[in-house]
Amino acid sequence: MQKQAIFQSKLLPYALVAPQLAIVLIFFYWPAAQAVIQSFLLQDAFGLSTSFVWFDNYLELFKDPAYFAAIIRTFAFSFAIAVSSLSFALLLAVMADKPLRGSTLYRTLLIWPYAVAPPVVGVLWVFMLHPSLGVLSRYLRAMGVDWNPLLNGDQAAALIILAAAWKQISYNFLFFLAGLQSIPKSVIEAAAIDGARPMRRFWTVIFPLLSPTIFFLLVINIVYAFFDTFGIIDTMTRGGPGKATETLVYKVYTDGLLGGNLGSSAAQSVILMVIVIVLTGIQFRFVERKVTY
Amino acid sequence: MVEEEGFQRYLAHAILWIGIAIVAFPVYLAIVASTQDNAVIANGQMSLLPGGHFFETYYQTLFVGTSGSTREPVLNMMLNSLVMALLIAVGKIAISIISAYAIVYFRFPFRMAIFWIIFITLMLPVEVRIYPTYKIVADLHLLDSYAGLSLPLIASATATLLFRQFFMTVPDELLEASRIDGAGPFRFFWDTLLPLSRTNMAALFVILFILGWNQYLWPLLITTRDDMQTIQVGIRKMITTTDALTEWPIVMATALLAMLPPVFVVVVMQKLFVRGLVETEK
Repeated sequence: MQKQAIFQSKLLPYALVAPQLAIVLIFFYWPAAQAVIQSFLLQDAFGLSTSFVWFDNYLELFKDPAYFAAIIRTFAFSFAIAVSSLSFALLLAVMADKPLRGSTLYRTLLIWPYAVAPPVVGVLWVFMLHPSLGVLSRYLRAMGVDWNPLLNGDQAAALIILAAAWKQISYNFLFFLAGLQSIPKSVIEAAAIDGARPMRRFWTVIFPLLSPTIFFLLVINIVYAFFDTFGIIDTMTRGGPGKATETLVYKVYTDGLLGGNLGSSAAQSVILMVIVIVLTGIQFRFVERKVTY
Repeated sequence: MVEEEGFQRYLAHAILWIGIAIVAFPVYLAIVASTQDNAVIANGQMSLLPGGHFFETYYQTLFVGTSGSTREPVLNMMLNSLVMALLIAVGKIAISIISAYAIVYFRFPFRMAIFWIIFITLMLPVEVRIYPTYKIVADLHLLDSYAGLSLPLIASATATLLFRQFFMTVPDELLEASRIDGAGPFRFFWDTLLPLSRTNMAALFVILFILGWNQYLWPLLITTRDDMQTIQVGIRKMITTTDALTEWPIVMATALLAMLPPVFVVVVMQKLFVRGLVETEK
């Protein structure tokens, strides 16, 4: 698709794309290329000499049980965050889609958490469920739960998943609501005339028509769980206790910062890039988009 | 319209209010905690009703900061966050709209190559290239500067794609008409295209402002000086590892101040926000 009416100029278009091109090349391609190159290099302990080691950094990673565990953990987190947040948001969206009094108010009251930054989400939840002073911890203990996410890895993981899902409810809610509103009312009326009860109408008519939205949101939520949970993890658990809440992104951060193992950190970055590219590719391939190229 | 029976409608209201309560509860706790005495909170005896320390806490938070971990006034952190968010939003819109203009309204060698070079950046968030980017920013002597905070986050294609999409829908007749009036590329851009893009720009601005304000990992890495800290980084440093020293009322006040500007934008400019969100994800 191209414009028919255009301007003729030799230099002007280059001048117009130059600022963005410069920024993208300096701050995107250069570092990305650096990461790829670095991932094939090995630096000695003093940083004095480097040698080309082919795929050693990658092989090292895949042999490392800790890295393997981090991969599994990240996918498990993503899945748990996506499923819990999506199902709760869908329930709310279906309710808000009904012709109720005050539906705009409901929408406003449900979408604002989108604007809360991940580290702030972490702070809010850590305070609420802090083992010694958290308000909710009191009730958990009263119910006989031995609640201490600072020591218990499973509880720490649950805390991260809950906090991350909480933040994502608003986003999912908005897109579900938009998806529901785009379903023609006549289809639902037809099902109602056929005598389908609300629950049946939902599962046989609305849910299938909503599947493109669900799939789109699933990909978005997984990407979110991969990357945007960094701030939540860093303020809540810092990857601990042990490594119970260390995701791939968090591992890149700590390995690069503390370990100083640049080759391994770079290899991890490249693996993450591949994962994102695959996820984006899936989204482009299977999600109906209005973008035309 | 499908009729909803009374019971169904009550159920829907009830579920929505439960949802709102779940979503709002952590923030309610933060409001309550920010008005109470730290000693009481540290004992685990926090009341669920607001206390009497509102002015005290917020005065100290905004103008003094915590007495232990970071002594930086939160007002200063908010200013840093504001500058960064505005630079990211305005910078990205400015460079994107002109490059989209070039790609749509001109024919020149490497046009599609350039489009793809920009387009590919859509795929990778800054998190996956964090250390190499850090090194480049350090080599350019941009650590602890607003340019270093914002430039790497401007390097992405979402806005360019959006403007390109929009320009494609602008009828060719407009260009022909203004050409008959003797307008060159600058006049057409300024007098015709820019006014038409106003809503798109506003929607994009809302989203980019929120994303910019909420940045965390990047500012965490490249700011070392306390006076360059953004509020998101500052709040993390307030939670000390030895719990006894954490000043919870101040931490909670900072959390609320950190969410105030973006939440305000979402609630007040809801239409633009929803539009921007849907458009950038498409």
